[in-house]
Amino acid sequence: MAAVAALAAALVAAALVLIFFYVPSDADQGFSQRIFYIHVPVALTAYACFGWGAWKALRHLWKREPGADLESYVAIHQGVIFGSLTLITGSLWAKISWGHWWLWSESQLVLFLVLFLFYGAYFMLRYSVDPGPARANMCAVYAVFGVILIPISFLAIRLANQLIHPVVFNLDGPQMSDSMFFTFCVSLAAMLALAATLYHVELTGKRLDARLRELRELLA
Amino acid sequence: MILAITNAEAKYVAAAYGAVFLVVLLYVVIIALKLERLERELGELTERAAARPVSESEHRQEVPVG
Repeated sequence: MAAVAALAAALVAAALVLIFFYVPSDADQGFSQRIFYIHVPVALTAYACFGWGAWKALRHLWKREPGADLESYVAIHQGVIFGSLTLITGSLWAKISWGHWWLWSESQLVLFLVLFLFYGAYFMLRYSVDPGPARANMCAVYAVFGVILIPISFLAIRLANQLIHPVVFNLDGPQMSDSMFFTFCVSLAAMLALAATLYHVELTGKRLDARLRELRELLA
Repeated sequence: MILAITNAEAKYVAAAYGAVFLVVLLYVVIIALKLERLERELGELTERAAARPVSESEHRQEVPVG
């Protein structure tokens, strides 16, 4: 975990240096386009966390892997945190670029909100059922179903007619200069490493909590 | 490039990066508080285990070796 944390710290520092001292400003959007280097990596990290959570949920249902339920829960928790950051940074970028905090007419925005609320409701389900195998199974099924929303959310902008939300990655590759793409890749790696670090820290804490509970019961 | 906030654009960029920083910081603080609680609980359990009377079955009788 220490190695992942050190990697995350180095990548975040490198990304910030690249974003504010290396990459040129966008010709159309100017300085505000720098929000792209945090908004898109954070959004992709949220997708990755939800995907990882669904994968662990599938492992729980399929292989009955010990601890997979807890890992799925922690990954979805990370996904919701990064999802909320996506909505915050996206709204700030929308306000400066489009003049609106939110546009209900934009499919990708609405679908991401649906995805976020779907996984937000995961916690309502989890904490409304007593701990045990039944809760683990219900949560796993819910998490697996939610993953269907990820490709829909991702592809929505490419299938929709409204093109206010920019598309920078299409079949022809990234629509940006090499320096911008390099900065974006470093920023994405930084966010993924940061998420991995937070995931391991939270998971360790949850496991420790569970073992202490067992110990308390033994000593009672 | 000078990073001073001089216009609306820069304020929004600072707000976006600041929001990410604050959320991660808040998360780390919450985790730190939780670890503090776990450490306290572990201390209490250790004390309870040390103070627990040793049952008869756990007594060991000294026997000569060899």
